Amino acid sequence: MRISLAWLRDWVDAGLDPTALATRLTMSGHEVESIEAAAGDFQGVVVGEVLTVERHPGADKLTVCQVAGGGSSLLQIVCGASNVRAGMKTPLALEGAKVAAGAVIRRTKLRGVESNGMLCSARELGLSDEHEGILELPDELVTGTPLRDALALDDTILTLNVTPNRGDVLSVLGVAREVAAITGRKLAPPALEPVAAVTREKFDVRLEAPAACPRFAGRVIQGVNPAARTPLWMRERLRRAGIRSIRPVVDVTNYVMLELGQPLHAYDLRRLSGHIEVRMARAGEKLLLLDGREMALDPATLVIADGTGPVGLAGVMGGEKSGIAVDTADVFLEAAFFPPDTVAGVARRHGFATDAAQRFERGVDPRGQERAIERATELLLAIAGGRPGPAVLTQDEASQPRRPGVTLRPERVASLLGIEIPRTEIEEILRRLGMQVAGAGDVLGVIPPSHRFDIAIEQDLIEEVGRIFGYDNIPRTDARMPQRPQPATERAVTRERLRLLLVDRGYQEVITYSFVDPRLQRRMFPGQEALALENPLSAELAEMRVSLWPGLVETARFNQRRQLERVRIFEVGTRFELHGGRLVESQVIAGLATGAALPEQWGTDKRAADFYDLKSDVEGLFALTGRQAEISYVAEPRDCLHPGRSAAVYDGEVCVGWIGQLQPELARALDLRAAPWVFELGIDPSFRSEVPVFMEISKYPAIRRDLAVVVDEAITLEELRESASFAAKGLLHELAIFDVYRGKGVEAGRKSIALGLILQETSRTLTDEEADTVVAAVIERVKGDLKAGIRE
Amino acid sequence: MKDLESRIAQTLAEIGSSADLAALEAVRVAALGRKGSVTELLKGLGSLPAAERKAAGAVINQAKARISAALDSRRVALEAAALERELASGAIDVTLPGRGQSVGGLHPVTRTRLRIETIFRRAGFSVAEGPEVEDDFHNFEALNIPANHPARAMHDTFYFGDGRLLRTHTSPVQIRAMQLQGVPIRVIAPGPVYRRDSDVTHTPMFHQVEGLVLDEDVSLANLKAVLASFVEQFFEKPRGLRFRPSYFPFTEPSAEVDIQCVLCDGAGCRICKQTGWIEILGCGMVHPNVLTACGVDATRWQGYAFGMGIERLAMLRYAVNDLRMFFENDLRFLAQFNRG
Repeated sequence: MRISLAWLRDWVDAGLDPTALATRLTMSGHEVESIEAAAGDFQGVVVGEVLTVERHPGADKLTVCQVAGGGSSLLQIVCGASNVRAGMKTPLALEGAKVAAGAVIRRTKLRGVESNGMLCSARELGLSDEHEGILELPDELVTGTPLRDALALDDTILTLNVTPNRGDVLSVLGVAREVAAITGRKLAPPALEPVAAVTREKFDVRLEAPAACPRFAGRVIQGVNPAARTPLWMRERLRRAGIRSIRPVVDVTNYVMLELGQPLHAYDLRRLSGHIEVRMARAGEKLLLLDGREMALDPATLVIADGTGPVGLAGVMGGEKSGIAVDTADVFLEAAFFPPDTVAGVARRHGFATDAAQRFERGVDPRGQERAIERATELLLAIAGGRPGPAVLTQDEASQPRRPGVTLRPERVASLLGIEIPRTEIEEILRRLGMQVAGAGDVLGVIPPSHRFDIAIEQDLIEEVGRIFGYDNIPRTDARMPQRPQPATERAVTRERLRLLLVDRGYQEVITYSFVDPRLQRRMFPGQEALALENPLSAELAEMRVSLWPGLVETARFNQRRQLERVRIFEVGTRFELHGGRLVESQVIAGLATGAALPEQWGTDKRAADFYDLKSDVEGLFALTGRQAEISYVAEPRDCLHPGRSAAVYDGEVCVGWIGQLQPELARALDLRAAPWVFELGIDPSFRSEVPVFMEISKYPAIRRDLAVVVDEAITLEELRESASFAAKGLLHELAIFDVYRGKGVEAGRKSIALGLILQETSRTLTDEEADTVVAAVIERVKGDLKAGIRE
Repeated sequence: MKDLESRIAQTLAEIGSSADLAALEAVRVAALGRKGSVTELLKGLGSLPAAERKAAGAVINQAKARISAALDSRRVALEAAALERELASGAIDVTLPGRGQSVGGLHPVTRTRLRIETIFRRAGFSVAEGPEVEDDFHNFEALNIPANHPARAMHDTFYFGDGRLLRTHTSPVQIRAMQLQGVPIRVIAPGPVYRRDSDVTHTPMFHQVEGLVLDEDVSLANLKAVLASFVEQFFEKPRGLRFRPSYFPFTEPSAEVDIQCVLCDGAGCRICKQTGWIEILGCGMVHPNVLTACGVDATRWQGYAFGMGIERLAMLRYAVNDLRMFFENDLRFLAQFNRG
C-alpha cells in the first residue's frame, strides 16, 4: 500500500524523518518496500499562466507564448506542446530552473525566436510518466506561486507490504494507529462530526443473508452538482495512493476508503428501484459489472440487489447499471460490513483484485461503517453540495462478529519470547495498541479494539507485545544441549554415499523438474499411467515423472546442443508411479552416459561408452552394500530401451531397476547424437546393507587354471558360471573372465570365453592332481550342458 | 714366473676392456674358473718341489687376489653404468596429463543442502523427509491455513484435481514429523517444493529446508540464537541479523530474518537493493492450532519453526546471479561447483 507522509501527518506526528519512520515501520512488522518522493527534485518552477499563444514564424509545430508568473513582466516562451492554449495554467520553469531530469533551463533562441523558460510536462517534473503535452494545472492556483508549494509536493510516499492478517493497516488511519503505538506519540485524528440530515429521504435496505452481511450503513444525498470538480488536494492524494481521479462522488468514496479503510460504494439513485436487498445470488442471474465484464452468478455469491435484480457484487465491484454517471445528482451511499469469507471466495474464484475486495477479504473494522458514511457525506457536501438524508444503519444483531476478551499471562510472555518484560511495560504496550487491559493477579484481561479482529488468542497478544517491544531487543539465548546421540546406521548405504560414488566415477549430478512433457513420457513409457497436473504451468511441464529418464534425456539433449558431446550425468530424486490408481512416491538414482567412455586423452584408444561401462558403475553402487552377489542382471525388454541391450536388475526375486541403451529410433526422434546408455535403480530397500563380520583369511594357497571355452553366441556367462560352479563342487573360489573372442579359429555364431578358475580349499592345500580333476569335471560339464568346445 | 706376470697383465687388461657383465664373466671364467689359467697354475703347484711350492703358491694367490679385486671393481662400475643407462632410457615427460576417468561433482543445490544439514546436525537436529504430493490437510489445514484464508493467495499451488496437490513448502513435513515422532522434537526437513510461478526470480520447483524444535521451554530467544549461529557458520563469517515481525498462519509470533548483505557487508549494493539487508528466511513460534492439529498438547509444549530457500542461500554463497541456471543443468555451470 502506498501512503503519503503528508496525509499521515494529518493523523499523527511521528517526529521522525522518512527513513527513520520507514525503519521503525519495517521493524514493527510493516515492511517498507520503497521510499519515494512525491515529485522529482525540481527547483525554480512556478505556476505559470499562458496569456497569448501565437504561431512560431519559422516552425509549424512550435508556438510563441506570453506567460505570466515569472515576476512583474510577461515572459516570452517557445513551446512545442500541442495542448498549449491561452488562459491555461501550467508549470513554468524560469531561467536557471532545474527540472527533474537534472537539466538547467537557460534563456535561448529556438529557430530565431527568444525563449525565456520552459512550460513543463508531468514527466519533466517527475510527477508521472505522462509527457503528452504540458501539464494542465487547476485554475484555482495563484499565478507565480512556487509549484512545490502550490501542489504541496514536498511529500514522501512509502510503499508498505501489509501482511494478510493486518487488514486494519490498509488505510491512513490504520498506519497512523501503528505509528502512534510504535513511537508513543498521540493519535490526533481530524475532527469528524456527524452531518445532520436536511431531508427525510431514506432507501430501504434488507439484510437477507445476515451472516454474509450483518451491517449496512446507507444514506441518500440528493441534489449533488454533477458539474463539480474534485479539488486539487484530493486529486493529488488519490494520485499519490495510485488511484485515478474520476468524478467527485467516486473520488470521495475512494478517498474515504484510503483514509479510514472502509470501502464504500455509491449508486445512482435514479437507477435503483424499490429497495436494496443483500442476498445470495439466484441461479441464472447475471450482472454486468462496472468494468464491462458480464458475470454469471451462482448461489455461493453475495450480491446487492434492488427490486429488479443484482446491482453489485457485494464487497467486490458495483454494477454498470447503477453506477455514477456524468449527470448523476441523487446518490445512495453504501458502507457495509462483509466478513472476510464472504468476499475471499468470490474474489479468488473469479480473479478479482479490487481495492474493496482486497480490504474486505483481509477484514475491515466491523464497527467502522457509520464513521465512513459521515466522512463521505461531509466531503461530498463540501465539494459538490447536496441535501443529505439521515444516515441509516441496518444491522442484524445476532450476526455481529463476537469478540471475547483474551487473557494474557506475563509469565507466558517471558516463556515464549525468552525475556522478562515488566508487567507495567506489557500493559503500556497493549494500551498504546488501543486495547483495554484489566489486571487481576497473574492474569491480564485484554479486550482488543474492534479493528483488531486478528487478536484471538494469548499468542497473538504476545506477538503484539514482542513486536512493539522490538524483536531486536530480545536476546539470543542458547538452548539446553541435547545429549542423546542421533541414530547412525550401517544397515543402509546413504544417498550421499551413492552420489559420491558416481561423482568419483566422473558423473555430474543434475536436478531436473519433477513434472515432465507428457508427450516424451508417453513415448518412453507407453501404457504407463502418470499423475497429471490440473493446472500445469505449460504443456511441457504437465505430468509427474514416472522415471528420471525423461529429465536426464532432455538434459543430455540440452548440453549436446551446446557442443558438449560427452555427457555423464546422474540424478537422485522422486519418481511418481501410479499402481492401479494408487500413487507410489519412491526415491531413485538414475544415470545417463553418452559419447566417449573416457575424457579425450593420449595413449588410450578412443571408444564410446557402452553397456559394460555403465554396468560397472551400477555394480560399483551395489558393491557399497556388500550384497553384490544377490544382484542379478536379466535380459528383458523395456519399451524405451534397445531390446537386445537392456537388462532388468534384480535384487533376489525383486526387480529394482533397469539398465540399457535408449531405443535408437527414440534417440533419433529426440535429435540426440547417439543413443545414450541409462540406468535407474530404486534406492529403498535395494541399498540396504549389512554390518561386515570378520572371517579368517585362508592360509592355503589358491591354484589358478585358465580355460578357453567355445560356446554358441546365445549362451550367457551366467549359464557358464552355473555349470562350472556346479562341476567344481565348492572349490571354485573365484571365476575371472579375461577375454571374449570371436573370429579366426572360432566358428561363426560361436564365441570363445577365456576363464580363469581360481580354486581353493579352505582347510588345506589343494594338490595339482585335485586341481586337474576339477578342471576335467568342469570341461565335461560345460560340454554336456552347453555344447561347449575347449580351445587349446 | 715371467709368464705369470704377463698373463696377469693380460687378464687385467681384458677386465678393463670388458664392455658388459657377460664379457666380464667370460674373463673371470678364463682366469679363475675351474679350468681357468690361474686355477690351472694353482693345480700345477702340486708338481713343484716342496721347497718352492710355498713361495710359488704365495705368488699365484696374490695374482688371484689382484684379478678378483679387479673383477669386483669392474663389476661395480659396469653395474652402475647399466643402471644409469636403464634409468636414462626410462625417463618420461611428467608434464603429460594423467589418464583415466575424470571426476564429476554434486549439483550446487545438493552441495548447499548437505552443508545446511551438516551445520544443523551438529546442533543436534535430525533430518526428516515427507511426500511431495500432499493433501490439503498437511499442506494447509493442519498449518492453520483454512480454505479462503488470504495466506493461500501467497501460494500458487499446483493441483491434481482430486484434492491432492504438490506441496508448496516443506512445512507439511513438520506436521508428519510431529505425528510420527511426537515431542520433544528437533528436526530439519529439506526437499523440493512447488509453486505455480515462473519468471526471472521464480522457478516452478525449488528447494526449502524446514526446521522444527518443540520442547517444554523453547523460546524466541533460542530461535534467534540458533539462526544467528547458523548464518555465521554457513557464510563462515559473522553477519548482522535482524528479525522483522511478520505473518505466517502457522507461527505466532512470526518473523522474517534479514542478514547483512553478504556482498557489500551492509554498505548497500545492487543485490540488497541499497538497503544493506537481504531477506533469507521466515520463522516463528509454532501456532497452538498447529500443535493441536497434530495431537500435541499446546498447553505443555511450545517451540519454533523456520523455513529457508536453498537456492537463495546457494546464490548468496556462490554469487550465482540467475536462479534459473540451477535447473537448466548446463554442464559448464554445474562443473563450477565441483571442488570440495
